[in-house]
Amino acid sequence: MSFEGLPAAATKKKVNFWESLYVIEIAKGLVVTMSHLVKNIFATSEMPTLQYPEEKMVYSDRFRGRHRLTKREDGTPKCVACQLCSTYCPADCIEIVGAEHDDPTIEKFPLTFEIDLLRCVFCGLCEEACPCDAIRLDTGIYEMAADNRAAFVVDKDFLLNNTTDGTL
Amino acid sequence: MPIVLESLAKIGFMFAVIMGMVPLMIWAERKGAAFIQDRTGPNRAAIAGVRLAGLIHPLADVVKLIFKEDVQPASRHKALYNLAPWLAMTVAVSTYAVIPFGDYIMIGGKKFALVVADLQVGALYVLAVSSLGTYGIVMGGWASNNKFSFLGGIRATAQMISYEISMALALMGLMLIFSSLRITDIVVGQQELIFGFLPKWGVVVQPLGFILFLTAVFAETNRNPFDMPEGESEIVAGYHLEYSSLKFALFFMAEYCHMVVGAALITSFYFGGYQIPGMPRAFLEAHAGGLLTGQLIAIICTGVIFGLLFLRRVQLEAGKFGDERDREPALGAGFWFLVALGALGALTLKPWTIGPDGASMVATVAQVMAFLGKVVFFSWFFIWVRWTLPRFRYDQLMHLGWKVMLPLGLLNLVVTAVVMALV
Repeated sequence: MSFEGLPAAATKKKVNFWESLYVIEIAKGLVVTMSHLVKNIFATSEMPTLQYPEEKMVYSDRFRGRHRLTKREDGTPKCVACQLCSTYCPADCIEIVGAEHDDPTIEKFPLTFEIDLLRCVFCGLCEEACPCDAIRLDTGIYEMAADNRAAFVVDKDFLLNNTTDGTL
Repeated sequence: MPIVLESLAKIGFMFAVIMGMVPLMIWAERKGAAFIQDRTGPNRAAIAGVRLAGLIHPLADVVKLIFKEDVQPASRHKALYNLAPWLAMTVAVSTYAVIPFGDYIMIGGKKFALVVADLQVGALYVLAVSSLGTYGIVMGGWASNNKFSFLGGIRATAQMISYEISMALALMGLMLIFSSLRITDIVVGQQELIFGFLPKWGVVVQPLGFILFLTAVFAETNRNPFDMPEGESEIVAGYHLEYSSLKFALFFMAEYCHMVVGAALITSFYFGGYQIPGMPRAFLEAHAGGLLTGQLIAIICTGVIFGLLFLRRVQLEAGKFGDERDREPALGAGFWFLVALGALGALTLKPWTIGPDGASMVATVAQVMAFLGKVVFFSWFFIWVRWTLPRFRYDQLMHLGWKVMLPLGLLNLVVTAVVMALV
């Protein structure tokens, strides 16, 4: 069997005599780790580590965070309960119950609008499916912690008044 | 009766040193690993806003481990399961009995040797007790009634048998040179100078033996790259897989005690124990006043430098956290300036006019500090190596033990014997 056609990584590197003694190679490795240690002791502030609750990662504007429902000028949701987002949703996490709207120019409005954040995969397809620009993932919130599952099913009021401090 | 009190005092000192070293080692392990891997490591736990660069974390760990639920497998062997961690811990600590941590101390005109038990067969005792350490691991592994734990125990046995031999062979070369099994004799023998400048340390006269002994000690302490019995990527956590709470903490502490023991053995056998190269006891006693003065000046300089560094942090990090932790730099600066001030105050007592009793005490303290300094360095060496080298595969471990280290150990012994016969 020939190994000539294989890339370099697939063939075993020849170890010369000094390398096969281990001792020198181990010393070289120790120098590498110690140089990292010394560098980091004297330049602790230059480490890439973020001190999380005090310092936070800055994400791009296009980052898809927790959803929010946009409003008309009178404060009612833009959503017309067309069910397109919940139909399109690959995670099946949107639950809408629609009802007739009083205004004849508006077809329907959502009686309830619930999103299960634990099922949501934050793909943004609901945003694309929406014909009225009623749902957006532009809040930038990524801290979504709670101590029970029920708290992750967020309702219409919550989505309309989405807070930005990351609490549920 | 006085001999009992004397022994108890020495045991107490050694025990305090080891038990003080263990949390420091755990801290050094976590912080050192973090810095080697470009992370910051533990820095959250705080008492009244003082974090001591993560030194509070071992304390928090201890509290956590004590109050955790002790989950035990239903099918365990009750007696052995409970005995194993205590055995591991006891054996780890008992090796210290024969290691001299200083020459002697003069109290009220009486000489006290600074070693708990000055055995004539100290080196044999070390070899015997260090192999006993595996019993705790094997018992824990077997009594847990878990296949992974059992595998860990078996690995520990095989590894101990393989590396015990190389360790003994490496030590035999040393015994030939210093013609004694008594560890104090070996340490005193390393005081001499070769060619007038090179200390006759074990590492100088037995370089190959040192490398073999070092490798064997790594294997005996079950530390990376030889931590086969633990092998978390292969056998989950090995022998301590079924242990939790305080019993796990004991196994964990036993591992670190083993490391400190290993470091103390390396220091005593190969790095002159408590000896300071070029400064025999008589020299230390003759220049005790000057040494003490120099030491105090060094402490003042350290205190001022660290104090100024902390003062700089006071400016740089004002209001960084918005809670108690913001007081930390100011407290640090205060502490270091107080240390400098204390040393300055001690200088007014004219330490350079120290009496003969004081000189003897200074010499003793200097030698104990030299011993502890070397032990701390080699303890750090264990950590340093762990975060540098990957774990050996099991067959590589056996290959190294039987096919490389055993022949090299024999060669070292024969060459040493021939040289000793000719010289």
